[in-house]
Amino acid sequence: MKYLLLVCTDGEPFDADPAELDPEPWISEVESRGIRLTGDRLRPPSDATTVRVRDGETLITDGPFVETKEFIGGFDILDCADLDEAIEVASKHPIAKYGMLELRPFWT
Amino acid sequence: MTPVEELLAELYADEWGRITASVIRLTGDWDLAEECAQDAFAKALERWPADGIPPRPGGWLYTTARNRAIDRLRRAQNEKTKLAQLAAEPQSAIAPSLEAGSVIPDDRLELMFTCCHPALTTEAQVALTLRTLAGLDTAEIARALLVSEKTMSQRLVRAKNKVRHAGIPFRVPPAHLLPERVGAVLGVLYLLFNEGYSATRGDELTRADLTGEAVRLTRLLAGFMPDEPEVGGLLALMLLHDARSLTRVDDTGGFVPLESQDRSRWNRAQIEEAVSILDDAARRGRAGPYQLQAAIAACHATAASTDETDWPQIALLYKELGRLTASPVVELNRAVAVAMAAGPEAGLVIVAELEAAGSLSGYHLLAATKADLLRRAGRFPEAAAAYRAAIDQAGTAPERQYLERRLAALPPSG
Repeated sequence: MKYLLLVCTDGEPFDADPAELDPEPWISEVESRGIRLTGDRLRPPSDATTVRVRDGETLITDGPFVETKEFIGGFDILDCADLDEAIEVASKHPIAKYGMLELRPFWT
Repeated sequence: MTPVEELLAELYADEWGRITASVIRLTGDWDLAEECAQDAFAKALERWPADGIPPRPGGWLYTTARNRAIDRLRRAQNEKTKLAQLAAEPQSAIAPSLEAGSVIPDDRLELMFTCCHPALTTEAQVALTLRTLAGLDTAEIARALLVSEKTMSQRLVRAKNKVRHAGIPFRVPPAHLLPERVGAVLGVLYLLFNEGYSATRGDELTRADLTGEAVRLTRLLAGFMPDEPEVGGLLALMLLHDARSLTRVDDTGGFVPLESQDRSRWNRAQIEEAVSILDDAARRGRAGPYQLQAAIAACHATAASTDETDWPQIALLYKELGRLTASPVVELNRAVAVAMAAGPEAGLVIVAELEAAGSLSGYHLLAATKADLLRRAGRFPEAAAAYRAAIDQAGTAPERQYLERRLAALPPSG
């Protein structure tokens, strides 16, 4: 089963040793298990562009479509046996201790 | 009831859960599992009076439900993947073995863990457990849990969708997850028991049935997991509470406190069974909150009177329980036990600490306990004020009436 792992933060700097936040050990473990297909960090919402088409007109605005304190700072695509494996992998993500992780199953 | 109806009612408790669990394992389809279970019982009701009761009624129901599941899937063109799963199952190994008299596969433990998966809300866990394992229908669950049938029906649909879409596995969790997941299952079972046991509102008869279902499912779990001492602890705790249930309320529905209950009407055989289950669990040397609560309940249940109760031991057990749970309600109970062991003033010291901490403010039992201890200490005006506060905060009529009687019984103050 494929899951989108959304890495959420509130934008405040974490009170953590930078080494603790380094995602590389997590990435290499999860990739060696064949679970992580891809993933990346995302630029902040201030760099986002929102696009809508209304009445044939393309409307473009600067910023995210919804302003919240929390935002998605990164994502990973995981291929797991089941939700338990996805939870186990997510709980080992370095941000799990400071921010929040959301697991969204793929539609199909 | 005809003999067939009687037998089917008896079989229902065990076979419903067994059938749904096994069809879910085969097909992954929860709705189909319920339909097939329902069909099997309907068919038995139709056939058995004419054809006679089959030699292995449970096996007959199981095979009928399973065949129905396979039929339904074969007919549904869009269920190709599920058919492939079915084809991979060793069907031939299951069907003849039934005739040969071997054991029907039992996937109810897997089902329990799936229903109580932490990715589901507690409400969803409770609803799924009652529907799939206990076989209560949506209307019955709604009545028992005091929500509308529509709400319950939506809750069940949402829960089943989450299980399917989020990939919640149908299995007993691996060893490293087991302590936490067993805790979740026990939490749901105890919640069910308490919903029925407290029966503070609503249709008391229906809610009493929840108590029975909770005990039955905990027994089942204890059979599956004899090495998990907390399962035995919870079973003992339920049996001990239940053994005293007849004496908790008087003929007019009023609440009867422990010290005034008629101990001759307690169910002795059930208390003995509970104590023996608890002893078995304790022998494994891994204490936990349910075992401790059961040990406290056993102190009460085996004492000849309030005065002959081992209060120092109860105070000690509450201390240990408080250490494990960090619950202020446990600390309040410890205050009562300490007061019984060492006098009301000693208990009031703990009550004062709880008041200062503030986490129980507005909880009527804090005020009620304080009132009782003040009364026993002879501080009547203070006791009256505390009773009045407790009456304001009490949630149910029997509790309020009890407190009002207590208040009225205070000696007139100066």
